Amino acid sequence: MSDITKDAIAPPRSFLSQDAMQAFYRLLAALLICAVLAVLSDSFLSLGNILNVLRQASLTFFIASGLTLVVLTAGLDLSVGANVALSACIAGTVIHKTGSPALGVLTGLACGGIVGLLNGVMVTALRIPSFIATYGMLWVLNGLTYWYMAGETLHGFPAGFRQIGSGYLFGLPIPVYLLLVFLGIGTLFAQRTIWGQEIYAIGANPVAARLSGIPVARRLLLVYAVSGTMAGLASIIFLSRLNSAEADIGESLTLPAIAAVLIGGTSLFGGVGTVFGTFIGALILTLVLNGMNLLSVSANWQPLVTGIIVILAVWLDMKTRRRAQ
Amino acid sequence: MREAAVVSQPNPLQRIPGVAIVLVLLVTLFSTIAPGFLSVANLSNVLVQSTILTMLALPMTLIIMTEGLDLSMGAVLTLTSLCVAIVSLATQSMLLGLGAGLLVGMAFGIANGWLVAILGIPPFVATLGTLGMAQGLSLIVSDGQSVVGIPHSVRDIYSATLLGVPVPIVMALVTYAAFHGLLYHTRFGTYIFALGGNREALRYAGLSPNRLLIAVYAIGGAMAGIAGLLMTARMNSGHPTAGLGLEFDAIAAVAVGGTSFERGNGWLLGTLLGVISVGVLRNGLNLISLPSSVQVASVGVLVIVALFLDGLRSRA
Repeated sequence: MSDITKDAIAPPRSFLSQDAMQAFYRLLAALLICAVLAVLSDSFLSLGNILNVLRQASLTFFIASGLTLVVLTAGLDLSVGANVALSACIAGTVIHKTGSPALGVLTGLACGGIVGLLNGVMVTALRIPSFIATYGMLWVLNGLTYWYMAGETLHGFPAGFRQIGSGYLFGLPIPVYLLLVFLGIGTLFAQRTIWGQEIYAIGANPVAARLSGIPVARRLLLVYAVSGTMAGLASIIFLSRLNSAEADIGESLTLPAIAAVLIGGTSLFGGVGTVFGTFIGALILTLVLNGMNLLSVSANWQPLVTGIIVILAVWLDMKTRRRAQ
Repeated sequence: MREAAVVSQPNPLQRIPGVAIVLVLLVTLFSTIAPGFLSVANLSNVLVQSTILTMLALPMTLIIMTEGLDLSMGAVLTLTSLCVAIVSLATQSMLLGLGAGLLVGMAFGIANGWLVAILGIPPFVATLGTLGMAQGLSLIVSDGQSVVGIPHSVRDIYSATLLGVPVPIVMALVTYAAFHGLLYHTRFGTYIFALGGNREALRYAGLSPNRLLIAVYAIGGAMAGIAGLLMTARMNSGHPTAGLGLEFDAIAAVAVGGTSFERGNGWLLGTLLGVISVGVLRNGLNLISLPSSVQVASVGVLVIVALFLDGLRSRA
């Protein structure tokens, strides 16, 4: 009993340090996985492989960081992978038709953003539960992309454009710099702006948020639009790294993104979690998949392992939450 | 208990319009623009092709009535279809193949129910995780290849007839009758209404909501196992991506059929009409030679519209 009262009176500082402890445990887990992999595989610690892990993690992070904001509002965006595919195919076409990478990048971001906005409209104005609305959107986007591409593959993009995904700057891949930039922006936005705090408030208690004057619908629209735009960004990185686009590129991206968010400690029930946690989540997931790859486990095992990780992450989250109560 | 059942029974008169209007509109549309749509051969084709979906959509209705969802159904169907193919190929026995499919399907259903009921994981995430697992296992057991050369006894199920009626349709009708009896005429059915509407009442009545929930998800898995036999028979092979995405058609059928996602009431006949609506939509688009990608997108739009209308009705 005394513990409960102590918790109730404890100043908000303890909440922050709890977040820090969570991040610390997760970093520790990532390091542990690194240590195990370093022992098991000779090639794990090579510079090439580490840069590869970082680049792969950055791709997952771009999708997962926008998704984190959605999950913070107790929502879910299942359409991110299909959104990446559609945005990549449309951006690729624009680059081919106009020869302008800048225009292609803008189109990709805009396409992603518009899809996100539509998700937001379904959730707020039409009041469809987010997981089912974005699941419907997934199939609409899939259908559109396959119809638009009609089995074709786009490939061969200007060298300057390909630098975005495969280039290096001072020995580090360019996506890693983008990762740092968006990690910074995401963290500042979520933790240090009023809008970010309002997003936490909506997730923690939507009724209280509405009663205290937060424009819930507008913040939700923003959150889904950001998630869509980040998928658009991921589509650009994908396009420039693969140097090609096909209708099916998004199919294996959604589950890893959700896994990264959940491993990162963001609660499905909203209001708890950080963008930095999602970064560590993306890192842990990429390390596991990279390790399986290095130990020559067939890629066929990846969906199975990712599925198990998703369930374990939610279960752990619920267990710690129950204990904390 | 009886009073609760009476209250939660749907009012069919209020419901019939929604899905019936959709179906009539679709049939009118395609009989004018799609040549050959109204032929007997084509219509019976629509019905036969809807049988697999019926076997998924009926248990999906029960699951959605408990305010749950099963996103893993298509992937589990794929896995059970592969199991049927592999086991029947190895043993040359259709029944052993079906048994293997049923076992694997039930195992996934029980796992889903356990994750949702005992661990309390939100259904859409728990079943998204098992979706990944079933999809992964499908790739692993098949090594990404089709399983071909399955025995005739399996293949013939899809083309055989019983008293002039194709066997798949007989199986779908028997399934419908069983689900109708289960939901509306047994105590278990009443409990399912209570699972969505009033879980506390079950607890006060001394029942375990968790065990009932697991049973509902297990039924879903078992039906995916039986549908797996039909899928293997229809394709005359097992394929590692055969049923992916079918859960969405099932959810579409349930949503169009007027079962609510948030209020714990369900209507099986509506789901059946929803299944036929989805079948007519896909068949009609196919007849006017639109690619399957457009069919997928239009089913997506159908779901969103149906849910929007459902939301309007619940507010009215």
